[in-house]
Amino acid sequence: MEQYVFYILAAIILVFSFLTVTSRMILRAAVYLLFVLIATSGIYFMLNYNFLAAVQLTVYAGGIAVLIVFSVLLTSQLNEKMEQVSLTKALAGGLIAFAGALLTILTIVQYNFRPNGLPELEPSPREIGHAMLNYGDNGYVLPFEVISVLLLAAMVGAIIIAKRPAKLLNEDRTIIDTSYPSDKNAYTSRTKAEIDSLLK
Amino acid sequence: MTMDFQYTILIPILLFFSFVYNILWGRTRSPKIAGLISTTTILIAAVLSYYTAYQYFFNVGLVNGSYEKIIAFKMVWLHFSDTLVVDMGILLDPISIMMLVVVTTISSMVHIYSFGYMHGDDGFARFYAFLSLFSFSMLGLVVSSNIFQMYIFWELVGVSSFLLIGYYYQKPSAVAAAKKAFIVTRFADLGFLVGILLISYVTGSLDFAVLTDPNGPVMLQGASLGFMGLSVMTWALILIFIGGAGKSAMFPFHIWLPDAMEGPTPVSALIHAATMVVAGVYLVARLFPLFHIAAPNAQYVVLAVGGFTSLFAAVIAITQIDIKRVLAFSTLSQLGYMMAALGASGYGAEEGIGYTASMWHLFTHAMFKALLFLGAGSIIHAVHSNNMTDMGGLRKYMPITHITFLIGTLAIAGIPPFAGFFSKDEILVALHQSSHFWYWVEVITAGLTAFYMFRLYFNVFWGENRHYHHKPHESSLSMTFPLMFLAFMAIVSGGFFMFDFGAFISSNLVPYDIHIHWDIAGLSIFVALIGISLAAMLYLKPSGISTKMATALGPVYKATYNKFYFDEIYLFVTHKIIFNLIARPSAWFDRHVVDGFMNMLAWITNFVSGSIKGLQSGQLQHYAMSFVSGAVALALFFLYFMTR
Amino acid sequence: MIDGIGLQEILIVSTIMFFLGIYGFFTRKNLITILMSIELILNSVNINFVAFNKYLYPNLMQGHFFSLFVIAIAAAEAAVAIAIIIDLFRNIKTIDVEKVSSMKN
Repeated sequence: MEQYVFYILAAIILVFSFLTVTSRMILRAAVYLLFVLIATSGIYFMLNYNFLAAVQLTVYAGGIAVLIVFSVLLTSQLNEKMEQVSLTKALAGGLIAFAGALLTILTIVQYNFRPNGLPELEPSPREIGHAMLNYGDNGYVLPFEVISVLLLAAMVGAIIIAKRPAKLLNEDRTIIDTSYPSDKNAYTSRTKAEIDSLLK
Repeated sequence: MTMDFQYTILIPILLFFSFVYNILWGRTRSPKIAGLISTTTILIAAVLSYYTAYQYFFNVGLVNGSYEKIIAFKMVWLHFSDTLVVDMGILLDPISIMMLVVVTTISSMVHIYSFGYMHGDDGFARFYAFLSLFSFSMLGLVVSSNIFQMYIFWELVGVSSFLLIGYYYQKPSAVAAAKKAFIVTRFADLGFLVGILLISYVTGSLDFAVLTDPNGPVMLQGASLGFMGLSVMTWALILIFIGGAGKSAMFPFHIWLPDAMEGPTPVSALIHAATMVVAGVYLVARLFPLFHIAAPNAQYVVLAVGGFTSLFAAVIAITQIDIKRVLAFSTLSQLGYMMAALGASGYGAEEGIGYTASMWHLFTHAMFKALLFLGAGSIIHAVHSNNMTDMGGLRKYMPITHITFLIGTLAIAGIPPFAGFFSKDEILVALHQSSHFWYWVEVITAGLTAFYMFRLYFNVFWGENRHYHHKPHESSLSMTFPLMFLAFMAIVSGGFFMFDFGAFISSNLVPYDIHIHWDIAGLSIFVALIGISLAAMLYLKPSGISTKMATALGPVYKATYNKFYFDEIYLFVTHKIIFNLIARPSAWFDRHVVDGFMNMLAWITNFVSGSIKGLQSGQLQHYAMSFVSGAVALALFFLYFMTR
Repeated sequence: MIDGIGLQEILIVSTIMFFLGIYGFFTRKNLITILMSIELILNSVNINFVAFNKYLYPNLMQGHFFSLFVIAIAAAEAAVAIAIIIDLFRNIKTIDVEKVSSMKN
């Protein structure tokens, strides 16, 4: 039974991964990605890592996928199909990816994995929490703290970058438009009359 | 009482700072400030030098009846081996202190004089910067404690001389003269450098204190090794003397000095009359014990070159028209005197009279020759010409210049009681003791000197009144003050209060008394008077005798006027022989083989990069593809081809 | 462990997913789809971590925690990347990776 469930999940993962990278409709690609992520969490459930699976669902499927969908909505014309990938590019990329996959799979199949055979540990959220904040053996407090700082930094960075830049005024009262103009001529600073009209 | 002379390091260092300031910020400030800074520093240096001289000669220097050599400052600069160490140091002994006094005095006067002479010139600050650089290097040269340090400053002096000769760089002749001076002296310095290497190889030391210790082991070293019949030490000293001859413009390196007169006149006075050109003499004097004891043959070379140069230059000076060139040739002649005196000198108190006389003549000559040059500068400033033929009757217009110039002329002619008489007399005494041939040569030269100097004097200040564009007038005080000061020095540095020059300087550092030898002095005065009266006869009143004589002598006059065609000979050798046989082939080799190789490398690089520059597309995905395919290829390689 | 399923099956799935992500990274032009490809790659790595943990060292938790941290980092990365993409779009009106070249010259 479990076997077939896994095959179904694997099929979902593979098919929708393929569709994610080939679909010409960007919103669809995002939704396919969401399916892949959900199916992955299914695999985690099957492996009895329930907490991880939950995290996968909430953070990946719930957070990142939604973020991507939003950015798609903000930046793209939804009805437009993306242009066809050029044949040479598709061939070259496909060949390299295929060669890499083939090589890896061959290696995986040939390698003799040896489990250590010790009894299985099924982490409950309580144990995970203890391990996360434990600074002894098998404690992860240091990476935990580092990740928290990283998340903070990423948050600040994301806000700073995505914020609409204010129009700055420098000493000789020339307005510097900090947003990049679409053509290079727009870099030239403006005259005083223009500034005055802008300031009004 | 012992005394610390460490402050003497300030003397050159101050000037160096002045140079740095003027070269970096001189242009942006008012030129007066540049001049004032340079002049102030050189005056401070002069005061320090006088104080040092006073302390050394009258309070500290004399220990057990002889002057000691004081190392006032020392730091290790290059450490070749345990014995061969090059220091940067300050050596104080009678001659270096005398040189300090000479250089700072003349340099101060020239600084003051230049205020008037260079007034309004565009490169005022640059001029003073170079003057400071020169003074710095010259002072560093005279206080050098070892021969390698001296060589460094020697080259620095050469560079500043080059810069100052080429000061009017818009004038092609000045540029050519600067190049000529630099190349000729550099060529001679090659000999100096090889000599230094030989000496360091033979003796294992570069220190003057070790090299000139008459009882030291150095005197015997190198005597055994021989090359072409002369010991290695002799060769080394001859090579070093070549360097000195280049700097002092001895025959056959004399050709650069007359051309160097293209520089501003104060520079000619400072560098090409009073200080830098005596560096060669100073070098020989510095190594004198080595020359005399370890290599008498080399000392004879010094005598012969010096004696010949003095006569040779005096003969040429008779025919020259450019007043600065006359003075340049007379400088050559006087330097020849100094060299000859060193060459003729013995070692010891009384026997070493040539050494004392040479240094004394260096001192007095610096004073009166600087005076003559500055006077010539004053004349040129008034007349706007260098040529004697454009001058005449100037005594009425420029009384101070006239009187001071006359004093200088009398001093150089060797008329008592002016300075030149005493020092020249001692030189003749020394030559008389050593070699009668050179003695007579120098007596004749003394006569010639008096003749050509008075020819110059009469032509400029007497003779017929020329028609001047605007009336010549006396120069400003900043120019006349140095003239008067130097005239005063030209009188007193000889007889009156410095007659006991032997009390200060002697070859073995032991003071002694020197006397006037009236038999020899009488002859030289007589010869000088003959020269003067001859000149007066020919040039005091306008007369055609001189031109008649010139035409009568014909080719001889012409050869002399053209300086015996030495410039032409050099030009022939360099242009026709060296350029064609060496320079052109090596230029061809350089252009086609060396450059060709480089061009080929550049072409290959260009070609290869041109053909592969497409790889750098700037496209992220291309890079990612290369990266992943490389990773896959590496994995493939390690998994399937590296398995034992 | 999943009954009847060995480690190798899981690894093969994750490998294919990984190289599909790589392929997407190579061929896609839109920056958001490239970001999606990267998410695929990260996800396949996570599966690998978890699978190795479960099958080879069931008594330990390293792989599990590593996956947690990777998810956290992926979230941060996605946030920053999308911020950049939005800013880029605002300024030069395109998110085509081949046209984003204003830093090149």
